[in-house]
Amino acid sequence: MNDEAGLRAPRKAVEIKGVSKVFGTYQALKPVSFDIYDNEFFTLLGPSGCGKTTLLRMIAGFEQPTTGQIFLHGSNIQGLPPHKRRVNTVFQSYALFPHMSVEQNIGFGLENLGWSKDRRDARVADMLRLVHMEAFAGRKPQQLSGGQRQRVALARALAPEPEVLLLDEPLSALDLKLRQAMRDELRILQRKTGITFVFVTHDQEEALDLSDRICVLGDGEIQQLGTPAAIYEEPSNRFVADFIGETNFLDAEVIAVNGEQATVTTQLGMTLTASHKKAVAGQKAFMSIRPEKISLPAQANPIAVDGTIMGTNYLGGYTYYLVETGGTTLRISKRNSVSRGQMFEIGQSVKVGFAAESVRILGA
Amino acid sequence: MKPSARKPNWNVLGLLPAHLIMVLTLIIPIGIIIVVSFSTRGPYGGFEYVFTTAPYKQLLFNEGWTGELEFNPQYLIVVARTLVLSAVTTSICLLLSFPVAYFIALRRPTIKVLLIYLVTLPFWVSMIVRVYSWIIILGKDGVIEKTLRGVGLVDNMGSLLFGNTAMLVGLVYSYIPLMILPIFASIEKLDPALIEASHDLYGNRLITLRRVILPLTRPGMIAGAILVFVPSLGAVLEPTLLGGGKTMMMGNLIQLQFGGARNWPLGAAIAIVLMAAVMIFLVFQGLRSMRIEGLERAS
Repeated sequence: MNDEAGLRAPRKAVEIKGVSKVFGTYQALKPVSFDIYDNEFFTLLGPSGCGKTTLLRMIAGFEQPTTGQIFLHGSNIQGLPPHKRRVNTVFQSYALFPHMSVEQNIGFGLENLGWSKDRRDARVADMLRLVHMEAFAGRKPQQLSGGQRQRVALARALAPEPEVLLLDEPLSALDLKLRQAMRDELRILQRKTGITFVFVTHDQEEALDLSDRICVLGDGEIQQLGTPAAIYEEPSNRFVADFIGETNFLDAEVIAVNGEQATVTTQLGMTLTASHKKAVAGQKAFMSIRPEKISLPAQANPIAVDGTIMGTNYLGGYTYYLVETGGTTLRISKRNSVSRGQMFEIGQSVKVGFAAESVRILGA
Repeated sequence: MKPSARKPNWNVLGLLPAHLIMVLTLIIPIGIIIVVSFSTRGPYGGFEYVFTTAPYKQLLFNEGWTGELEFNPQYLIVVARTLVLSAVTTSICLLLSFPVAYFIALRRPTIKVLLIYLVTLPFWVSMIVRVYSWIIILGKDGVIEKTLRGVGLVDNMGSLLFGNTAMLVGLVYSYIPLMILPIFASIEKLDPALIEASHDLYGNRLITLRRVILPLTRPGMIAGAILVFVPSLGAVLEPTLLGGGKTMMMGNLIQLQFGGARNWPLGAAIAIVLMAAVMIFLVFQGLRSMRIEGLERAS
């Protein structure tokens, strides 16, 4: 893409307009609207049953929306069967054709699009190179490992140069080590091909790692849509704060709301002013603080409280401490930057501290 | 690990009862039939242990009173009819069964169980009764003829009964469940994501059927074809009841030789020929599927 194009407003690849889905009497997805931009790595994130896969299947054309419309690069694809939509899917189970070789699998879409044999062969070779599977062209899917099948599924879906690539939890069948490696490859593939990726996952870490933007879905509706940092640092409700990463929730009472800032008295006994969402003066709220944002022991932190170590979980790079402070237990993570020498022991009295900027107030 | 040569292999001994049953119920009876087929016909039925190849010659030739052999296609026609009718039966069953099996496989689980039960329902009724019912349907003044005459489509049509068509109808009717069930099983095993993947990769319904569904359900179709073709070859009831006395298949020809014709050696010889035909078919099918597997492994 040249600079001129980059200066313009990003082009909309997919527009979701008031799309909802009802299965029988079960509302899988309440009406949602949002746009996915060209060349974006966009993630639909949520727990199982939140409607993310249903949404993906509606973009692919396997399900029809109960209400609303979907646009693909400006044209309404409502009612178009899957084989007439220029989108391709990487299935959770990969769904490679077991009776076809790797080459035939990758060439299948191209053949159906009517590409000539020469053009097809060249494209298949390119794709094999892209996913580092040149040596396996003649193999059958059942002769491949999980990671290799994954690559073939990616190559097969990318080969016809779809306008949008849909990925339905593609990494969930892989083991941890491989999942990590495939994440990097997915990111590289997306940059290399410049194709818009719509990625469905329930793994928040995966979503944070890969995405340009994340749409957090819960209970069939959008909970928050934004960049990974915005979603992690400024969750818009308790669901998002809880689902993305780890956090400590403390009860709070809202005293005053002043624009972006809310003043609350917390369970820990102090009064503080922090950024908020939907806090209403005089009402109950939650205060959320991430485990890594609490200092142990308290440094020059503006807010500090006394506590007792109740438990320790050593996790190599990090140690998690459970610290009891005035009627509540805080989960605190501490980087093991020196060695194990600095560890705290159970029963030890400590002082923990944090900054008000690290706190997020969420209306109940 | 290599099995030690010194230690006796007790596994073989464990299988002894099974081997015993096989020998008693399969090998010995076939041996007897082979012996009978090379024996001389007894004067009042039965047979005498005098070696002769006459029964096999009789399949192809008439022996004139001077002893010269004269070609007689009579039995060959029966063999040919049996092969053709069985092949056509298998083809018709295949064509009819696939859509039926596909339809059933896509229903809700409760409906599916009910439909499968309905497919197997005829097996609960005696085969004779079921085949006999076709006489009522196809016969003179039967359901079909009366209906066609009633609406004025035909004035006077020949009997549908007693002939190749009636036998074909009976065979297809009798054996079609044996085709539906294995095809149903293979369609049910098919991962729906594969069909979605085909549509996703720009395959329309026809392409998806031809390139994905049919190749992946072929094992079910092959199994069904064997299950229909083999019993069709040996069918007795259908040719007896629906073929009339003259259009015979091998099954009722054998029955006739052991019964009314009192020519046991000829009956045994026909039975051996029938068995050979079945075995050739099965070996051919076996080789074919081995070749397909081999190709798949090699590529």
